[in-house]
Amino acid sequence: MRPYRPKDNVQKKSYYTDRFWVAPRVPEEPVEDEIFKEDLASVEQTFSIKKAYIQRGQLVIIIDPKDNVEVLRHLKEERGYDVLSEMSAIDYLAKDGEFEIFYQLLAMSKRRRIRVKCRIKENEAIESVECLFRSADWSEREMYDMFGIKVNNHPYLKRILMPEDWVGYPLRKTYPLHGDEAAQWYEVDKIFGKEYREIIGPEQRDPAFVSTKDTCNYARVTHPLPKCADPNSEPEHIEVFNDDAPLVETFDLKKSKIVDKTR
Amino acid sequence: MQQRNRLEPYFENLVFEREDNKMVVNFGPQHPSAHGQLRLILEMDGEQITKAVPDIGYLHRGMEKMGENMIYNEFLPTTDRMDYIAATSNNYAFALAVERLLGIEDKVPRRAKVIRTILLELNRIISHLFWLATHALDVGAMSVFLYCFREREYAMDLMEEYCGARLTHSAVRIGGVPLDLPEGWLDHLNWFLNNLPEQIKLYEGLLTENRIWRMRLEEVGIVPPEMAKSWACSGIMLRGSGIEYDIRKEEPYELYEELDFDIPVSDRCDSYGRYLLYMEEMRQSIRIIRQLITMYKDTGPELMAHAPEYISAPKEDIMTQNYSLMEHFVLVTQGMRPPVGEVYAPTESPKGELGFFIRSEGEPYAYRMKIRAPSFWHTGILQDLLPGHYLADVVTIIGSTNIVFGEIDR
Repeated sequence: MRPYRPKDNVQKKSYYTDRFWVAPRVPEEPVEDEIFKEDLASVEQTFSIKKAYIQRGQLVIIIDPKDNVEVLRHLKEERGYDVLSEMSAIDYLAKDGEFEIFYQLLAMSKRRRIRVKCRIKENEAIESVECLFRSADWSEREMYDMFGIKVNNHPYLKRILMPEDWVGYPLRKTYPLHGDEAAQWYEVDKIFGKEYREIIGPEQRDPAFVSTKDTCNYARVTHPLPKCADPNSEPEHIEVFNDDAPLVETFDLKKSKIVDKTR
Repeated sequence: MQQRNRLEPYFENLVFEREDNKMVVNFGPQHPSAHGQLRLILEMDGEQITKAVPDIGYLHRGMEKMGENMIYNEFLPTTDRMDYIAATSNNYAFALAVERLLGIEDKVPRRAKVIRTILLELNRIISHLFWLATHALDVGAMSVFLYCFREREYAMDLMEEYCGARLTHSAVRIGGVPLDLPEGWLDHLNWFLNNLPEQIKLYEGLLTENRIWRMRLEEVGIVPPEMAKSWACSGIMLRGSGIEYDIRKEEPYELYEELDFDIPVSDRCDSYGRYLLYMEEMRQSIRIIRQLITMYKDTGPELMAHAPEYISAPKEDIMTQNYSLMEHFVLVTQGMRPPVGEVYAPTESPKGELGFFIRSEGEPYAYRMKIRAPSFWHTGILQDLLPGHYLADVVTIIGSTNIVFGEIDR
């Protein structure tokens, strides 16, 4: 019987995990740092914070997704977090049906980094923070490209890394590493149309492709046959080293010269 | 049967007939000065650019996806292919993020730290030389290209002598370095360092006061400090705008806390100011490596951190002790399992702030790996930077942002 593989997360899994294995956790420390404490208190005054802790020297705040622009504006204008160095999402659709969006902020004057996180449901949209940070322009496009998260009020929400007519969102856990069916037929669909998939067939689609299960041709991968040759015939034996014209000369110490200095 | 081709030839290089008398020029994606597969769609009014839309993604290989489907040690050589000009800085940024996630950052032996820092700075020199060579070539100074590549060749020889590779080094491991410095390597390094300042002086003699060079670079590509912050610029793009922020100084990692070096800053905000910074940074790197050479002499022989649950024991132990061999077998076949949590580790790569965000769910595969590559934002800034400039300045501006497409498209 074929083992069951979950469809909602097709990423690679460890082939063996001890059944008593409990993964340790990176400690979530209480906010004791002076500067972070002030920042947190200042945000807490006006916004509801679900959770706040320090992990590996950076403050993590979990907020309501509706507040994202206002919280970032507060942090930028009142607390000096004026660089959005990174933002993206994490796919938790399989586990909780949600995306986790994180904003990685930097306050250059204080040398502090904060991570603001919020969670949205699969079909929800998030408000754009492009009005605060120009860098969010491309980050949000990349997030939309990779996860399909819609961003409201973005000036130019378009795919950025993948082609515009790409089907599917590559960084979702449901998307396999080697691409889905639409990805495999991308060129054929684009150039000839979907109806040509059957006419062209998988062999024509990728002429270099040789299945590892096809023992006859797989054994020939580095020994190609000439065109129109009988596939069952043995490949000709090619003499690589010929005695008459040796490719490798024997080393002669008398003839060679040793250079004392290379540079 | 002949099949009908549905590809439409929409990629004409020029579109003349528009109602508003403006011209649309398609710059790239195969342009020798675009430093990779950059496509710029420029709307021009005469010679002047009115709108610029950078189009990227021609080198997208899905590194983040690969990072989620490979064990941590397996992914390290893949990071070489991001900023392939200075591969060790990527390896190191990844190794640092994983070490910080595991909490073994302090366990890395001192000798490994010294070697890593030397390699990082050597890579910075290689990258800056490459930048100067190609930038000068784009602007029109052919001979500088040849001189810079000669020096870069020596630096690459040093890398080759250390790790066997010239471009894709993988010279750093999670938890240390795999090899000690070979015999005589420090002498070769010293020779290189003694030779380089003279060469930098030669480049400066060719360029700094050169009338053409100054005309092409001065007042071109002005990045005001607010714009640099808003676009999350880092590295020289940021310091060229008068903001003194270097992660090596402000959030020190590795041995940078103990080292004595200066951060050059320029408030000219233009390409010429950034050129001056690159030259000064090379000198500072020489200064740093000189200090590291003296540090190397009083370090112990260990090269990898001692953390048996995450990192394999030294080869001698694996060969002699059964338990070490068993652990090594598990670490190679299954991979290390970092604790559940997330980390963002920023480093100062030659291009700017290179950071890895890793979310771990306690499995041998990262749950999410986000690579913060500086060039991504330095390309995005082009849409705000180019309008108002002339077409001939596009090449200068692309050059002075020092972008490399391996890390933009990842």
